[in-house]
Amino acid sequence: MNKREGEVSSCKKAVSDANVNLSSPIIGAFKVFQQELDTKHDKYERLVKISRDVTIESKRTIFLLHRVTSVPDVEAILTEADAKLDMVRQKIGLIADELRGEDIYQFHRAFTPGIQEYVEAVSFQHFIRHRSLISLEEINARLVFMRTEDPKAPTEAAPVGTHVLTFQVTPSDYLLGVADLTGELMRLCISSVGNGDIDTPFQLSQFLRQIHDGFSYIGNTGPYEVSKKLHTLRQSLGKVEDACYTLRVRGSEIPKHMLADVFTSRTTIMDPEEGVV
Amino acid sequence: MSVTEMFSYIQGFLSADQDVREDIRKVVQTLEQTAREILTVLQSVHQPTGFKEIPSKCMKARELFHTVRTQLSELKTKFPVEQYYRFHEHWRFVLQRLTFLAAFVVYLESETLVTREEAAQILGIEVVREKGFHLDIEDYLAGVLIMASELSRLAVNSVTAGDYTRPIRISNFINELDSGFRLLNLKNDPLRKRYDGLKYDVKKIEEVVYDLSIRGLAKEAETEANK
Repeated sequence: MNKREGEVSSCKKAVSDANVNLSSPIIGAFKVFQQELDTKHDKYERLVKISRDVTIESKRTIFLLHRVTSVPDVEAILTEADAKLDMVRQKIGLIADELRGEDIYQFHRAFTPGIQEYVEAVSFQHFIRHRSLISLEEINARLVFMRTEDPKAPTEAAPVGTHVLTFQVTPSDYLLGVADLTGELMRLCISSVGNGDIDTPFQLSQFLRQIHDGFSYIGNTGPYEVSKKLHTLRQSLGKVEDACYTLRVRGSEIPKHMLADVFTSRTTIMDPEEGVV
Repeated sequence: MSVTEMFSYIQGFLSADQDVREDIRKVVQTLEQTAREILTVLQSVHQPTGFKEIPSKCMKARELFHTVRTQLSELKTKFPVEQYYRFHEHWRFVLQRLTFLAAFVVYLESETLVTREEAAQILGIEVVREKGFHLDIEDYLAGVLIMASELSRLAVNSVTAGDYTRPIRISNFINELDSGFRLLNLKNDPLRKRYDGLKYDVKKIEEVVYDLSIRGLAKEAETEANK
């Protein structure tokens, strides 16, 4: 066996010494390929990294926004969330920088989780403020970045011009982000019940029902992940509808003039409901 | 914009997207058909009688590449050019097969590795993305790897057909290809998986060369060729 291997390798050596030199056209071509592939992989990795940061910051914004149910000054939280989202947008600006002149779909897989999370955060904030669904255009309109021209390029006589850089959220990413939003809305609903807010649950159930109808309308024409998320959406909707049902039933049991008292002590009434979450 | 309006806008986008994919799929099917025809033509080189007919088979294959070029130019009209990678998955497989076929023809004709430019030219497409429908570098490399396993088969069959010099030339070529691929830093992706198979091709060809040299058949053939 040993002898055989030795023979093979020496034979190979004799053969390869004759012809494989490092300046052959094939090796030359592969050196070019190496560079091209490395550049591409590096860009991909950078995008993954930015996308992770976007995800983390968006998640934190969502946690912050969940506090609106328990504090008196909603506006302060919304402003703080705005500041956080501005930071996220700057990160997305970095993605747009990386993608300048590229086919965005080539690297789409690298940054789609971050973008979906951003859509979730920004639409959540929009809902708390306006009680409506943010549209795709509204999201994209805020992802326009001004960039000062690279100072290295033309040195003299060229005015330092700015140019506009945009980032477009794809409809699929928007859709998946909105699907994630419904989970947050369910949490918001349950916690606002816990805090004695009787209006929000009904608004939320109506809003969730509209979104649910929207997703049913799209059905399976959408990307594959949508059908998976639709299942979770149904569960969230179920929880919210149950909460509203309980509110209505318990509410009618109690005389009108005593309602206020009941709602102040709602926390205890609704405790079993919270356990479900 | 109400929720319903928003969703019907998205739905419109999604169904338009599906229509485009449907169109692409139809063209890709015809391309796959042509690729199979070319493969059938080239497969005959593995027959003992086929070795003498290599040039004529290559000619025939090149003729069939005309059809490929028209089909690919039809494919180009089915979607906006800057969205190449959005639909890439649909033609990725067939484009790799076609690159393999082009590379195989070029190898049989001149025993050289097809360059990316040549391959793109045979298929009637571009090399750089900016210029339009192009040959992605990973698809090109994947096509070259498919050719490597085809060549290891050819080495075996050429011995059966009594051609003892061809395996040695193939061995040189594959070795060079192997050292080329070793320069690349591949990620854990499909290309890397395919590259992992290259060593078995190399091994197989080395065994063939070994069998020939231990029986003195390689030398014999060489001296004969020198005469």
